[in-house]
Amino acid sequence: MRLAAQRAEVSDWVGYEVGYGVGYEVGTMSESDADGPQIIIEDLVKRFGERTVLDHINIKIDRGETLVVIGGSGAGKSTLVRHLIALERPTSGRILVDGVDMAALGDFELSRVRRRFGMVFQKYALFDSMTVYDNVAFPLREQTKMSEREIKDRVMVKLDELGVAHAAARMPAEISGGMAKRVGIARALVLEPEILIYDEPTSGLDPVTSRTVDELIEEMRERFGVTSVVITHDMASAFDIADRVAMLVRGKIAVEGPPENVMASDHEDVQRFVHSSAIDPARIAQRSARKSPAQVRALRKERLAKQGAPKV
Amino acid sequence: MAENETKTPSVTRQSLEKLFEPAVRAIEELGTLAQLGFSAFVWQFRRPYRFGVLVQQLEFVGVQSIFLVCLVGLFTGMVFAVQTAYGFRRFGAENLVGGVVALSLSREMAPVLTAIMVAARAGSGMAAQLGNMRATEQIDALETMAVSPVQYLIVPRLIAGTLMVPVLALLFFGVGLGGAYLVGVVMLSLDQGVFMDRVTALLDKRDLVQGLVKAVIFGYAVTLISCRHGYYAKGGAEGVGLATTRAVVWSVVGVFFLDYIITSFMTDMG
Repeated sequence: MRLAAQRAEVSDWVGYEVGYGVGYEVGTMSESDADGPQIIIEDLVKRFGERTVLDHINIKIDRGETLVVIGGSGAGKSTLVRHLIALERPTSGRILVDGVDMAALGDFELSRVRRRFGMVFQKYALFDSMTVYDNVAFPLREQTKMSEREIKDRVMVKLDELGVAHAAARMPAEISGGMAKRVGIARALVLEPEILIYDEPTSGLDPVTSRTVDELIEEMRERFGVTSVVITHDMASAFDIADRVAMLVRGKIAVEGPPENVMASDHEDVQRFVHSSAIDPARIAQRSARKSPAQVRALRKERLAKQGAPKV
Repeated sequence: MAENETKTPSVTRQSLEKLFEPAVRAIEELGTLAQLGFSAFVWQFRRPYRFGVLVQQLEFVGVQSIFLVCLVGLFTGMVFAVQTAYGFRRFGAENLVGGVVALSLSREMAPVLTAIMVAARAGSGMAAQLGNMRATEQIDALETMAVSPVQYLIVPRLIAGTLMVPVLALLFFGVGLGGAYLVGVVMLSLDQGVFMDRVTALLDKRDLVQGLVKAVIFGYAVTLISCRHGYYAKGGAEGVGLATTRAVVWSVVGVFFLDYIITSFMTDMG
């Protein structure tokens, strides 16, 4: 009921009904539906030419759950989340959002379903012809009936939360990568959508800002019951925010479950990935064997003396 | 395991594939253009109507092309007048210079050269901008915000191209005729009255209509081709560069191809 009240509050604010997909009568979703999986990925296969990027993926994501997808570079993580919002079409299999097959929707219907999503892009994807302020205001102007004054209040609050309010009047080309990332996050959060997809939200951010972003992801879940799918390489972040973790290895789900189960998994790739990210005593011990800068300089001199300095 | 074995296509099949590859690619290209054009046609009637974005595009395609079109129009008119006067002098028909220049400007030169100028200036700009937006996921971002990129990016550009190329072609015609007047009357001392009389005598309303019809079609085609190459650009900076080059090359080829088709059709009709 709390969730329904929060959705009603958001619906009132954005000017349209949120929380119910295309093909559903507004208000007919039962409480049991509300507790079931919101997103179902069924036997998803994606091939680019001969290359299979996603190989028979099956995942269910519950309403209000935060699923963190981890995996090495090129494992298919970004391709997987792009399917959730139909930026990619599956080679086979289905993506169901509240029972609606995303791949079966036409442009117009898809556009309506996408109003329920927000996405933070890995490379920010800010509109370079607009200021930072206009970038964050864009979804509000497009999708709500809010006045410019209300939009301004809302945008400035979000920019302030992410520490980029001072850059509101600047163009994306005039801000750093870290700031652009935060603006991208502000833009995705400003509508407080039902389902949020974060493609590496903390990459390129300093540790303090990374934790702020983690807190925001948590806050979105706590306050608005948002369903989140997060791709990250940041293991600390993954284990802080995840209800469940899924690890992709070569296009397949290697392990899936609560963070502690994934940590305890004896899957070779999972162990290698998790332990490469953690600061374990063995790695600290290795540091004591590290050469000092003076030793490194001496080695370089010695090598150059042997082989002769390169002619410039 | 047989299905996993790498199958080598036969030499005959490879040769046939190579032979028909250009035709297949041309059909694919036409299909993509038709799909984008149809999608834009459908989205233009759906709310919200983005007048702000349309005005920006009218300014980009139209206003920002005025100087270039005037410059090219002036020199085209002048060169054409010199050449016509030189040729017609051989059989004492210099008096026809004004009329002949007006006729060729209205039916061919103005719409064709204006469309080429717009392809070179605005079309390349559109392809580069859309290609960059594709490469930096800005188009994906629009989609995730439930904003149709076709409606937001393609429709205003198509409308602006279709509206502004005829306006620019009219301007080209006027300035070109002015250039011809300058050469014919001021520099070659042809009689002003005769010059203007030949213009009004030879130039028919249908010639202007034919020119305008061509300009409308060229405007639509150039913008659609440019948008298509930018919108579906692949790769990073290299992909954007390639898209921009292709946009200009195929727009120009498209203009000449359509020019032949329209001219044949309208001449038969006339």
